[in-house]
Amino acid sequence: MTVAASPVEPAAVAKRIVHPAARVLIGRHRFQWWEVLPWLAAIGFYFAFPDYLGFGTELLIAILFALSLDLALGYAGIITLGHAAFFGGGAYTVGLLAFHGIWTEPITSLLLAAVAAAVVGFASGLVLLRTQGLTLLMLTLCTTALLGEGANMAHDYTGGFDGLPSLPIAPVFGVFEFNPLYANTQYLYSLAALLVCFLFVRTLVYSPFGQSLTGIRENLLRMHAVGSPVRRRLVICYTISAAIAGIAGGLWAQTNAYVNLSALDLDRAATVLIILILGGHGRLYGAFVGAVAYLALEHLLARIYPTAWQLGLGLLLVMIALFARNGILGLGEVLWRRYLAGRAAS
Amino acid sequence: MDFAGNFASILLGGISAGTVLFIVSVGLSVTMGLMGFVNLAHGAFAMFGGYVIVLAMNRAHVGFTAALALGFVATAALSVILERALYRRLYRAGELDQVLFTIGLIFIFMAAITIVVGPESQPIMLPPELRGQLNLGFTQYRTYSVFLIVVGFLIVAGVWLAFERTHIGAQIRATVDNRRMAESLGINIDRLFTITFAFGSGMAAIGGGLGAEFLGLDPQYALKYLVYFLIAVSVGGLGSVVGVYYASLLLGVLDFVLKLYLPKGGTIFIYALTILLLLWRPQGLFGRKAT
Amino acid sequence: MTEIRLETRALSRHFGALIAVNEIDFKLNAGARHALIGPNGAGKTTFINLLTGVLPPTHGRVLLADRDITDRAQAERVKLGIARTFQINRLFRGLSVLENVCISVAERLGAAPSMFYPAGRRTDVIEESMHLLETLKLVDDAGDRVSELPYGRQRLVEIAIAIGLKPEVLLLDEPAAGVPSAESHIILDAIERLPEHIAVLIIEHNMDVVFRFAKRVTVMVGGAVFAEGTPREIEANPQVRAVYLGQAGRG
Repeated sequence: MTVAASPVEPAAVAKRIVHPAARVLIGRHRFQWWEVLPWLAAIGFYFAFPDYLGFGTELLIAILFALSLDLALGYAGIITLGHAAFFGGGAYTVGLLAFHGIWTEPITSLLLAAVAAAVVGFASGLVLLRTQGLTLLMLTLCTTALLGEGANMAHDYTGGFDGLPSLPIAPVFGVFEFNPLYANTQYLYSLAALLVCFLFVRTLVYSPFGQSLTGIRENLLRMHAVGSPVRRRLVICYTISAAIAGIAGGLWAQTNAYVNLSALDLDRAATVLIILILGGHGRLYGAFVGAVAYLALEHLLARIYPTAWQLGLGLLLVMIALFARNGILGLGEVLWRRYLAGRAAS
Repeated sequence: MDFAGNFASILLGGISAGTVLFIVSVGLSVTMGLMGFVNLAHGAFAMFGGYVIVLAMNRAHVGFTAALALGFVATAALSVILERALYRRLYRAGELDQVLFTIGLIFIFMAAITIVVGPESQPIMLPPELRGQLNLGFTQYRTYSVFLIVVGFLIVAGVWLAFERTHIGAQIRATVDNRRMAESLGINIDRLFTITFAFGSGMAAIGGGLGAEFLGLDPQYALKYLVYFLIAVSVGGLGSVVGVYYASLLLGVLDFVLKLYLPKGGTIFIYALTILLLLWRPQGLFGRKAT
Repeated sequence: MTEIRLETRALSRHFGALIAVNEIDFKLNAGARHALIGPNGAGKTTFINLLTGVLPPTHGRVLLADRDITDRAQAERVKLGIARTFQINRLFRGLSVLENVCISVAERLGAAPSMFYPAGRRTDVIEESMHLLETLKLVDDAGDRVSELPYGRQRLVEIAIAIGLKPEVLLLDEPAAGVPSAESHIILDAIERLPEHIAVLIIEHNMDVVFRFAKRVTVMVGGAVFAEGTPREIEANPQVRAVYLGQAGRG
């Protein structure tokens, strides 16, 4: 059983592998035709609903935020109520730099937001990821609560409850201005950011690193027993996830030209968790589906019947936990498999 | 007031606040330690029970003790129904599903109470014997607070004795310690879970009712104090009655003191301490270390 | 002279007053086929946990080919050449059989940390994993999800994951446990076909398996080595019969 990892061209090797299961693995990262649909829909939305671009921007940012959580939760199995800390960290980085006139160029500000959030993610990950399960959940909960309180206390810097209003954001590429009334620049800017981040996450998920994260999620003890440096992988994953959440926060601050404490609070942390579960975690597009479903429902119901919205949301969560653990996409997969099985039988 | 009097009144205030926290949280500690189930909805049971007790007293003019008993029974009954029908299906599920389920339950409880009773805070009318001040010798203090402290102590003593001396207490302790072995000894785990869950929720109801005067009672109750219940339970150690008692008292006193001297930053201190403690001892002060 | 691949010196593990593993001196040679038997609660799995680093010893040392690994973490020991299977399967249940083995092989080949190209392009990992499945006759199940396999075949995947690490020392904890007798032959065939140079230690209760497979047997009782010898010697040993074989018997 001596298969040397010889320097043979992978393509040549790939050709001689015929077993269907192996071929699936070899080709899994290839783009499927339907993957272009969400992006076409997003561009279509731009032209079809010019009056709703503000909502559209909010939607894109929610998708990005949920995507960042999916990396940590859906792929590595890190259950956390703490992602709002990174979102808020990114938002306040952008906000503080702009408010005090230090730096207003949007794209580089986003990168700074990512770095700031990554630093927080790395530090907290090193410390917190020593624990698991309920203890980890409690720690993330307390950290979020602590940061929220801290930001409130430092209201001289953070603007407290009222936040930092009217942030000056320079035009993108020096040309495209953020117009507070007509959100076309914001929408396309957010869409571009989402696309770049999504491609990055997608590459990560299909890489050997992503595969090992899945192993960690599926059976942590087994990963130790195959020699995997589990904690290192978790911290790296958590840091990257934090960076992307930071970009989402930075986008939020830029497109709203405003940042306040709601960027960091438990409500935001719980909402992004619900969005991801609703769509289906551990499946790249769960963030898309979940954000669309949740925000659409919220906009329709929450304003008019807030108590009914709360009741409905509660019932939805209970139903999901009991019957549809993998969210909308999970349900879709089950139905699709049943359809295929039905076709095979007939 | 002299220093001793000041100190005593702060201590008493903190301990009485901590006692309320304990009475609500003791059920959560036992069920989480016993069933390993993350029941974030525990505060919702406390809220439900509190509403039953307060509304019975205010609207149906039921007596104080009778209202407490009614709250206990009603909440225990509701919890048994929910446990048998729903909770049971999630015992083998992961933490994530349990968290989602119980958060969903919280929302349902909150909305239901808003619809049925209304969003306002419910006033509580204490029975006349418990109002006013009590002369404790070295200081005067609110009668109700002293009453709470005494009740809390009786409860922790009673529950501890029940755990140590009764048959069912031994069964609970054995199951918390090693579930598989307990099962192989023939202990009926399902029945044990249901009984413990009912008792824990009933206790939460009592805590909700007794604490209404101090914590208030409105539909946000379940969420507002959730972090505190969870801190009391994790710091004390899952499954340890004595642990959650000490942790609750500690939390109550800390919170009280901080509100007096550091009104702006108090809660940060508590969160930071909790984080440090859980990092140092993930199993809490009195919890069992995971092997 | 056969080299010693794994050695313990006065290895002990206490749980409070309970002595689970008591001053064990143990040697495992290259190419060994060594069985560890004993009554339930004798400390066999605890011993394996000490060897692999799941548990730290109370005192004593563990050496892997003359290197002291007593203070090394579990994952480090795996990289140094020691692999194990668990008594109760620890598999990646939601993934396919092929993916399960690929994860193990990818770790060994150092492919796992790579983030920026697709796993599918590591055809060396995939090809080696497929070869491994062929040797264990798991090819037909390669694309099936592990949770959907019968228990016996899942047990085989458990062994495949360990072999994928190309260990020098392989510890099998009751590999046939829980497998219906109709399926157990596939496990036994797989064990027989293990590469000759690997040192194999197998915990077993089934004396048929021990006789078929082991060249040496160690009997563990109450945390200590009770007897050691060839299978025939052990079977003939009256003390061993009294303490253990009388209970287990020939299945």
